[in-house]
Amino acid sequence: MKEVIKLFSAVIIVLIVSAFTLNNSGTDEGYRIGDIAEDFSLKNIDGNMVSMADYKDAKGFIITFTCNTCPYAVMYEDRIIELNEKYASKGYPVIAIMPNNPSKKPGDSFKAMKERAKDKGFTFPYLMDAQQSVFPKFGATKTPHIFLLQKTKKGNVVKYIGAIDDNYKDASSVKIKYVENAVDALLTGNEIKEPITRAIGCSIK
Amino acid sequence: MNIKVVYISILTLISCIGGDKKEEKRMVSNVIIEAKKASKDVIDLEVYDFAGFEKFLNKKDDNVYVINFWATWCAPCVKELPHFEQLNKDYKNRNVNVILVSLDFPHLYESKLKPYIKDKKLKSKVIALDDPNMNSWIPKVSKDWSGSIPATVIYRNDTRQFFEKSFSYDELEKELKQFLK
Repeated sequence: MKEVIKLFSAVIIVLIVSAFTLNNSGTDEGYRIGDIAEDFSLKNIDGNMVSMADYKDAKGFIITFTCNTCPYAVMYEDRIIELNEKYASKGYPVIAIMPNNPSKKPGDSFKAMKERAKDKGFTFPYLMDAQQSVFPKFGATKTPHIFLLQKTKKGNVVKYIGAIDDNYKDASSVKIKYVENAVDALLTGNEIKEPITRAIGCSIK
Repeated sequence: MNIKVVYISILTLISCIGGDKKEEKRMVSNVIIEAKKASKDVIDLEVYDFAGFEKFLNKKDDNVYVINFWATWCAPCVKELPHFEQLNKDYKNRNVNVILVSLDFPHLYESKLKPYIKDKKLKSKVIALDDPNMNSWIPKVSKDWSGSIPATVIYRNDTRQFFEKSFSYDELEKELKQFLK
């Protein structure tokens, strides 16, 4: 009996310790380039559930974590629409995911998401990560935050993580279109020159 | 004839608004006082691109620098800002310098950032960083920074720590103390 208790407490200790190490891994959490991204099933603003598996003909996805309330995300809305217009027909549609908790950010409620999508004329799904379980798997830390995936036999492989381009302020002053370059590289079978870029964004709440 | 009509209408007008005259006077003098006050605490905001800003990250004067990246539109940043102010107050005599680096949008400096600095009576040094090519400079602040704010660098000479997180006062003080040993 004593042995059992000993074993039991040892298991508990291991569990506690591992729980802490998992929690403390901080910015190292989430997908890295080359990882397989797990599929999700999230509610779209039209009420339907959306998964990557629904897109039979896609070659990949431009997964965009964005929201209504972050000024950087708002500045990029038109460019996200353009990305979908340019690349959905080429096999790389945009799927936008809103990761914030609307009780902390009422401006990101499901109703507000619907309204924003209608006002801006979003041509892509705008999904709510209602359980806040998808964005941590990706390792998204902010809005906007882009993950470009390529569909392979093994699954959807993460090919690019980061910003849309190099000038949030002024679309006409952009010198490097990171996401476009990355998708173009995938479409032409070339290597992505800059697979990771960084930009200021609003931390996910 | 015409002059008479004008005269009469002016008189009528004056008698009509006569009741508000006092109020008007007081308002005018208030405006003047406000204007005087405003000119007295006009906020000179230093604005840098990253090349200009980089010196704040690399001082070698044995002081401790606590550099906080924030913006008025960033709710968690604004929430933790009082802790940085408190830290500045509590440790400024111990060679600790708090610098609040605003990433507000330049077109909102006048309407948002400067009024915020004034209303909150910020005592720490506030500077603005305006450099849209973020991918070029974010890794130079820290290779671990994904770009979300709030973010904070604490350094003394060549020893530094980077934090992409929000702080309570106790957590912040604890991290600072590592540099004061």
